[in-house]
Amino acid sequence: MSDSKELKVKEKQELSSPAEHTRPGPVFTPAVDILETEKELTLLADMPGVTTKNLNIDLRDDTLTLVGDIDPFEGPDEQDIIVEYEVGKYFRQFTLSEVIDQDKIEANLNNGVLRLKLPKVEKAKPRKITVQAA
Amino acid sequence: MLIRRLFDNPASYRNPFAELDRMRREMDLLSGNFLRTGPRHAFSAGVFPAINLTEDKDKYYIRAELPGVKGDELDIQATGKSITISGERKITPEDETAHYHRREREAGRFSRIIELPGEIDADKVEAGLSNGILTIQISKAEAARPRQINIK
Repeated sequence: MSDSKELKVKEKQELSSPAEHTRPGPVFTPAVDILETEKELTLLADMPGVTTKNLNIDLRDDTLTLVGDIDPFEGPDEQDIIVEYEVGKYFRQFTLSEVIDQDKIEANLNNGVLRLKLPKVEKAKPRKITVQAA
Repeated sequence: MLIRRLFDNPASYRNPFAELDRMRREMDLLSGNFLRTGPRHAFSAGVFPAINLTEDKDKYYIRAELPGVKGDELDIQATGKSITISGERKITPEDETAHYHRREREAGRFSRIIELPGEIDADKVEAGLSNGILTIQISKAEAARPRQINIK
């Protein structure tokens, strides 16, 4: 498509965490899209470098926590020439206002993008109530 | 003598920003700003994608974070001393009835030329994309590799 825009560099957002982390190193907040339909919430998060085994998704009460760890991938003999971005783990937390059906949560990680499907609990779905004439 | 020092120092030759970066750190120290825990602000060229360039004895490595970009949406070319990375990041439209609460991820085209500090062997360039990270391995030209010199 020719009408697509030019991508700009977005500096990775470093998290200023209220709690200290036990392991040193920078922590970044991944860019996310959150969209809602009648049936579910979908969350998309950019977490480049995170593998399925290093990704931790936790939903407790109404707090959703995403933690992605990064394995170092530079060779031991490599020396930096240009460093334009830093590598570190990802952390982001959301408070969900909807009641989520925990058993039906689906998570997919594809090319560094997490897609998380959070189906709403049956009873939270809006239902049209027809009023019957007496 | 000044000129000689400039050229003798491999660090400042390879990365003219290293010196600036060092100066900035010293300024931070002077201004009491040294407690700042933010990232080491790298000098970004302001062109997408941000890259990290490293080298070892035989190769240069270019890495870029390109989450959601597939291999066939990327075009990588090697010419002379430079590598061109171009492509498009697409975000597939979601269900039309959905409404967005947050929309931070961006789509669009990009193109970037990276000039390498030394001669390269344009025939030996390998690129791989895994978990949203692009890694390009570029073999250095024979002439650019460091050579061990034995003392007789």
